[in-house]
Amino acid sequence: MHLPALPVLLPFFAAILILYPWFNKRLHLQRLVAQFGLLMLVAVSMLTLFKTLADGPMGYAMGDWEAPFGIYLLADPLAAFMLVVTSVLALCTHLFACGGEDKTGRFFHPLFMFQLMGLNGAFLTADAFNLFVFFEILLIASYSLLIHGGGRERTRAAQHYVLYNLIGSAFFLIALALLYRAFGTLNIPDMASRAPTLPEESVPLAQAGGLLLMVVFGVKAALLPLHFWLPRTYSTTSVPVAALFAVMTKVGVYSLWRIHSVVFGHDSGELSDLGVVPLAWLSGLTVLAGAIGALASQTLRWLIANLIVISVGTLLMTVAMGTTQSVAAGLYYTLHSTLMSGAFFLVAGLILMQRGQAEDRFVRSRPFLYPVFTGVLFAVTAMAMIGLPPFSGFLGKVFILQAAVDSGDAIWVWPLVLISGLAALIALSRAGTTLFWRTQGSVVPEAKEKVSNVHLVASGLLVATTLVLVIGGGPLTEWSLRAAQDLHAGVTLNYLNGGQP
Amino acid sequence: MNLIWVPLLPLLGCLVSLLLGRYPRSTMALGAAILPAIALGIVVSLAPEVMSGSNPVVTYDWVPALSLQISFMLDGLALMFTLLILGIGLLVILYARYYLSEADNAGRFYASLLLFMTAMLGVVLSANLIQLWFFWELTSVSSFMLISYWSHRSDARKGARMAMTITGAGGLALLAGLILIGEVVGSYDLRTVLASGSLIAEHSLYPVIVVLVLLGAFTKSAQFPFHSWLPQAMAAPTPVSSYLHSATMVKAGIFLMARFYPVLSDTHLWFALVSLVGLTTLLVGAYTALFKHDLKGLLAYSTISHLGLITLLLGLDTELASIAAMFHVINHAVFKASLFMAAGIIDHESGSRDMRKLNGLFRYMPYTATLAMVAASSMAGVPLLNGFLSKEMLFAESLHQETFGSLSWLIPLLVTVGGALAVAYSLRFVHDVFFNGEPIGLEKTPHEPPRYMRVPVEILVVLCLLVGVLPDLIVGDLLVAVGASLMPAGVPEFSISIWHGFNIPLLMSFLAVLGGVALYRQRRHMFNFQARFTEVDPKLAFEHMIQTLVERARSVQLWLDNGSFQRYALWLLLMAIAAMSVPMVNIPHARGSLEVTELDMVALGGALLMIVASVATAMLSHQRLLALVTISVVGLVVSVAFAWFSAPDLALTQLSVEVATIILFLLALYFLPQKVSLNHLSPGRIVRDMGIATAAGAIVGTLTYAMLTRPFDSISSFFTENAKTGGGGTNVVNVILVDFRGFDTFGEITVLAIASLGIYKLLAGVRLFVPAADMDGRPWSKDSHPLMLMQISQSLLPLALLVSAYIFLRGHNLPGGGFIAGLITAIALIQQYVANGVVWMRDRGDLKFQWFIVWGLFIAFASGVGSWLFERPFLTSWFDYFYLPLVGKFELASAMAFDLGVYLTVIGATLSILANLGKLTTTDRPTRPGRRS
Repeated sequence: MHLPALPVLLPFFAAILILYPWFNKRLHLQRLVAQFGLLMLVAVSMLTLFKTLADGPMGYAMGDWEAPFGIYLLADPLAAFMLVVTSVLALCTHLFACGGEDKTGRFFHPLFMFQLMGLNGAFLTADAFNLFVFFEILLIASYSLLIHGGGRERTRAAQHYVLYNLIGSAFFLIALALLYRAFGTLNIPDMASRAPTLPEESVPLAQAGGLLLMVVFGVKAALLPLHFWLPRTYSTTSVPVAALFAVMTKVGVYSLWRIHSVVFGHDSGELSDLGVVPLAWLSGLTVLAGAIGALASQTLRWLIANLIVISVGTLLMTVAMGTTQSVAAGLYYTLHSTLMSGAFFLVAGLILMQRGQAEDRFVRSRPFLYPVFTGVLFAVTAMAMIGLPPFSGFLGKVFILQAAVDSGDAIWVWPLVLISGLAALIALSRAGTTLFWRTQGSVVPEAKEKVSNVHLVASGLLVATTLVLVIGGGPLTEWSLRAAQDLHAGVTLNYLNGGQP
Repeated sequence: MNLIWVPLLPLLGCLVSLLLGRYPRSTMALGAAILPAIALGIVVSLAPEVMSGSNPVVTYDWVPALSLQISFMLDGLALMFTLLILGIGLLVILYARYYLSEADNAGRFYASLLLFMTAMLGVVLSANLIQLWFFWELTSVSSFMLISYWSHRSDARKGARMAMTITGAGGLALLAGLILIGEVVGSYDLRTVLASGSLIAEHSLYPVIVVLVLLGAFTKSAQFPFHSWLPQAMAAPTPVSSYLHSATMVKAGIFLMARFYPVLSDTHLWFALVSLVGLTTLLVGAYTALFKHDLKGLLAYSTISHLGLITLLLGLDTELASIAAMFHVINHAVFKASLFMAAGIIDHESGSRDMRKLNGLFRYMPYTATLAMVAASSMAGVPLLNGFLSKEMLFAESLHQETFGSLSWLIPLLVTVGGALAVAYSLRFVHDVFFNGEPIGLEKTPHEPPRYMRVPVEILVVLCLLVGVLPDLIVGDLLVAVGASLMPAGVPEFSISIWHGFNIPLLMSFLAVLGGVALYRQRRHMFNFQARFTEVDPKLAFEHMIQTLVERARSVQLWLDNGSFQRYALWLLLMAIAAMSVPMVNIPHARGSLEVTELDMVALGGALLMIVASVATAMLSHQRLLALVTISVVGLVVSVAFAWFSAPDLALTQLSVEVATIILFLLALYFLPQKVSLNHLSPGRIVRDMGIATAAGAIVGTLTYAMLTRPFDSISSFFTENAKTGGGGTNVVNVILVDFRGFDTFGEITVLAIASLGIYKLLAGVRLFVPAADMDGRPWSKDSHPLMLMQISQSLLPLALLVSAYIFLRGHNLPGGGFIAGLITAIALIQQYVANGVVWMRDRGDLKFQWFIVWGLFIAFASGVGSWLFERPFLTSWFDYFYLPLVGKFELASAMAFDLGVYLTVIGATLSILANLGKLTTTDRPTRPGRRS
């Protein structure tokens, strides 16, 4: 019965438990509790997914106040998918951090759990204001995690990040005020049901609010020209944090699905398809900007960050397409790109630790301590990110290409998807051959101490998820379609309150 | 046997090779060979069935949503290619056993080779379009691994990347083409596609499809102008070259054209495009081959030329051209594989591949020389060998084509020229290497290779002879089966024989041989002429192209993103302004239908004060202390406004937040310069920023006006109606905070707690120097803790705590609540810090902020989870009224517990933030001598 609330409350409880002063000097126990909590979270997320697929969306009325007056959590397959992908990503990145990165500053574990609470809350809530609250949790926790480990560049990038997002938050509030005035409610299903018959006078307010909200989500998702914060932030922060942040941009995309494709969807009267045309243009340009950034990269982490920009652009293109199939394609692509970008950062971490002073710069360096293991992981993730078979990227790519045909957007989506794939191929083949093969001298001595088995296991596990995505491609794509259908069908207030859809 | 085993067995073999990584090379070669050999057996056992016209198929579902199936089909075309891939693959495995040295990692070699074999088998057997592409890209990837096998060599890395980039780009085009085919036909099943007749050719997208599919084929099969990767791939070990460039990789493109020949080919576009590209490739490849001094280089360009020849045949609009093309696929694979192997033997046993050094090897390795000469003759098209037969067919077909109308006569002429060039370079291969004097400056004395290294060459050369003499017997049936795949409507009668009588093709052959010999005799002149061209290394050209691309990208990147936060913020503001203004532009008036209330002087005065203070803040922002004063005016006016509009809770909250924030600001400002010079800003920049700020303000102002003048129909009446009955409190604001929307509050106190942790983290490593004086050089007062302040604040503390307790307790029904009470307590404690100093406070019992935060959050959490015991959702409130003597009737509510959590968290977090900042000022920190500059 309380299943939809657990993904928020479980990490919260784990966080305050670890935060209890008794744990301060017992890092091993912090790790243990956090890992246990994350395992439970994976289980809860999976359970949520299977339950929603079997029995339909689940609602949860906070404080037992009926919608739209109280705050509602809504677990539908779309949200459940995001929960699963986030918890799996978190489990592996956290494990990686237990290899030693958690020692470089205090409060890593509680902050990590708070971060998950924010993410899961943002995925589950059916209330726009509550979404704002969870965005705040997200933001403040992510900022605290970004500065983990310290350092000039890192602190500077994190400062940009937090300032930029604070401006974004201010606009978020303005947008919510406009929307509340226009709709008289911030419960998303309620807004959706009021949208088609919104009084003439309220339409401009709703439009302004909706567009402004799109800008806010664009900041989170890294839509051009709001994406500049991303590469610098991601490439300077610590490795496990960067890996976890692979899911951060997806929150923006998800929120567009959650709010814009429902409240400003195809059948929303005067509000229909609000902002879709500029979104299409900007998402395409985002892909190009990411491709250019990837080609221009001089370090691996910068390159990965730009690959994330490409994937965000690609995802936003599917949002702009706006069909059920495109949402499904986008969802499958989200699963893939989140896990693989995260995995890529972990692999970059392995590389960093083994190359000494050269770090992840594309220069000649000393050979690897574990050349085969690291090399295989790099190759697998690189191929997945480019979209080469047999790893998960190709399914996502094909799905998007097919969806673009059906929605009639092939003419602009196809070239962008294919060209960005080629750019990634060129950039990554250059990167890989330089990193792994342009070597001289002997192994870096510190590598042995730095790379622990935990690092190897964690990165190996996360990389291996691509196999699950490929082998389970059949059911996963079917379920993505289900999720997209459920989203577009829309959950009604009546349903939230226990009635029929 | 099930067809699925054919690609699966080599894949398992790949694993076997990896597992056998540490065994002797012979064991490993055997281990690698067994499974593909079984696969070959399966194919051979299925061959009669295919030849009799039925095509075995296996299909499993994989990703139905994408129409992606695991689906294999063995038809004539696939059969021919499968035999080549497996047969030559096995010979290469044997050959590589002797070619690889002890130092080479044979396990990795065989694993990559078998992976590549799997990919190729997958391509030719695929009966699903997406799966076809899947394996297609897999060939690119696995060939990358093979070409870069000697990864320490720069040329191997560059060659591999070049092959990968060019074929990868083609692969993307192919994917687009295949999906278009699938969408046009409505099915991704190859059999349905092939049975769709002229559906594709008549579709409006046909030209796009053809170009995309051909791009895939041309890049893979190294057709002009995409041919330059192939010679660079020669950096691979020779067994790889002999596999990739005879039977497999480069033939994948040919296979693709043949595969879609039935549905794509019967148009003028196809014929023109394919034949022209093929012809150009044929001539360019043959011409270039003549001038290559590297043995493998010569063979590489000859491969390009032969691929051009096959492509040309597929582009000729005559009946038998496609059969001839397929026949030449077999012949080329056989003689080219043996030639590469022979070249590898020469390289291996003499230490060089340079034809300027290698001369007269016949004396040293007569047996190998004989084998190579037979194969080279086949390449040249000498009668009684297989190469002659297919070349003869090309000559014959070129005479019948009509694609270019009255210009069609040029084709046979150019084909003959190509034939002559082939004779010339084959002659050079034979004469320069095996005769033509003595070797020059070789590192070792050449000798015959180990017995079994020659076996694969022998087998292939025997095949050249057998096919050459008895073509119909050996490959006749196979070609009929292949023809059935290419021409489903019916294969025309044909017979391949050595002797067709004296006819024009024979004359052309004769001319080609004569011309070739003449060309070779004139080679000095030709070499001299060729030397006048500046030679461009395609590898360097490619690198240069990529470098240029990278540099362009970098300059665009720098232009876009200069790392300046102001730039980022500008974009965000512009986007927000655009988002808000577009809907406002579309309505004529901002003002809505609601009656505007009358202007009262108090409100007007407040508004004016706020406007003035806001503008002043913006203008004074470079003088930080002053700006702080003005911005606090804004905050105070807001709290007054709340009170004026009957929102005492908000007023109280705003006021206490205001106080806490100002103290925080002051602490931070202590370490920062109090004035910022604006001199570095260009005037244009100032004007721009002022413009943006004005625009943003104007638009938000207009929107607010529009918002407030429109009717408002909201759910808020529910809250006022239900606060007492459902939430047990008369203070609606508080009931909203702790009950209706308690979950929001729950989130917000978490934010506060996280913020305090974050600030701790941020400041933990900071080592700031405590300034001894302010910016203008005035030293800070020595008396940092004045006695009066100490006394008053100490006596005020109990009072303040009492007030906060009162405010907390009455919160549910009257203005107040946990949040405000928490802030009041925090401020009271902060005052102690300010008055007495951090050290003084620490001596009197260190407050454990973390403890406050944890318990606060826990109490809030527990009060929410408590409702689970009553099978109610999280944060469901409960309240009841009790009666105690002396106290009287009072109310207990679970929301109060929640509020207590809020209270504790607010105290812990606020104090932690302020104390952490404050700690920076203690004497524990180093003080920099002198004053700040």
